[in-house]
Amino acid sequence: MTITVRLFATLREGRGKELELEANNEATPRDLAARLGIDVKDVAILLVNGRDGRLDDALADGDRVSVFPPVGGG
Amino acid sequence: MLARYERNLNALSESEVDALASRTVAVVGCGGLGGYLLEYLGRLGVGSLIAADGDFFEESNLNRQILSDAINIGDNKAEAAKKRMALVNPLVAFRALPLRIDAENGPDLLRGADLIMDAVDGIPSRFALQETAEILGIPLVHGAVAGWYGQVTSVFPGDRTLDEVYGRNSGAEGRDRGIEARLGNFSFGPAAVAALQTAEAVKVLLGRGERLRRRLLVVDLLENDFEILDLRRPTAPGKEETAFTKRTLAPN
Repeated sequence: MTITVRLFATLREGRGKELELEANNEATPRDLAARLGIDVKDVAILLVNGRDGRLDDALADGDRVSVFPPVGGG
Repeated sequence: MLARYERNLNALSESEVDALASRTVAVVGCGGLGGYLLEYLGRLGVGSLIAADGDFFEESNLNRQILSDAINIGDNKAEAAKKRMALVNPLVAFRALPLRIDAENGPDLLRGADLIMDAVDGIPSRFALQETAEILGIPLVHGAVAGWYGQVTSVFPGDRTLDEVYGRNSGAEGRDRGIEARLGNFSFGPAAVAALQTAEAVKVLLGRGERLRRRLLVVDLLENDFEILDLRRPTAPGKEETAFTKRTLAPN
């Protein structure tokens, strides 16, 4: 299946804004993060098709996964 | 209408200006975001402000914290905020709390507030504020900033939106600090996010306009990306905005 991954803020560094990944049918957002070298501690917000998702959600062909790092400064 | 508030009209009605004058807002954190929040809320005419911060100004705050200056280095931030408001708008009833708010002392210290503004640094303190707002049954307007990036949302009682914002529910372990630990913060990031946070607070207080409930406004000033993220789980039917807002926060 093909999954579109959108990255935000510092996660874009060295990776780009949007990537199309070919993945096996069992792949989860956690697997995709590992492939992209993203530490799950840097995954603050995870959206699957624009709605709140989980690292171990099942994905389907054509899904869009968006990943935002934690912003915590005041 | 006091001349001081004339230019609030007619973007706000007279009764809305009066409603703001009868409200109490607690700003927790008087650093980058908090300094601007107090300035904006005080000039606008929010009648009563509570400002809490246990920290003292350091030289490294001067690049961005509007309440810091060359002569108040070493002063408590909440006390400095009170001094400034006495100059900016002496009509504001201002209570300075020169201490750190946590989940234990928060409900007692912030009792009486209609709304809490989250302007603290780091992530654990934000969960303490979410807990405090939950106990007091009042909304929390969250703002956070790191370099070019920022975010704003409103957390209503029962929502616990910060659990989603910081990955408690996604399966990520999370960190105590976000990307600001590496990026730092410069002058206009906190000012921009504080302005958006203030607009949100006014709308929550007045029950007017579109609010960011269970949605996160994400701002990227580098790429000019402004996105609103829907933080509701697709399977869980989102609770609609309840009568809570209208009952508690609509103008008198």
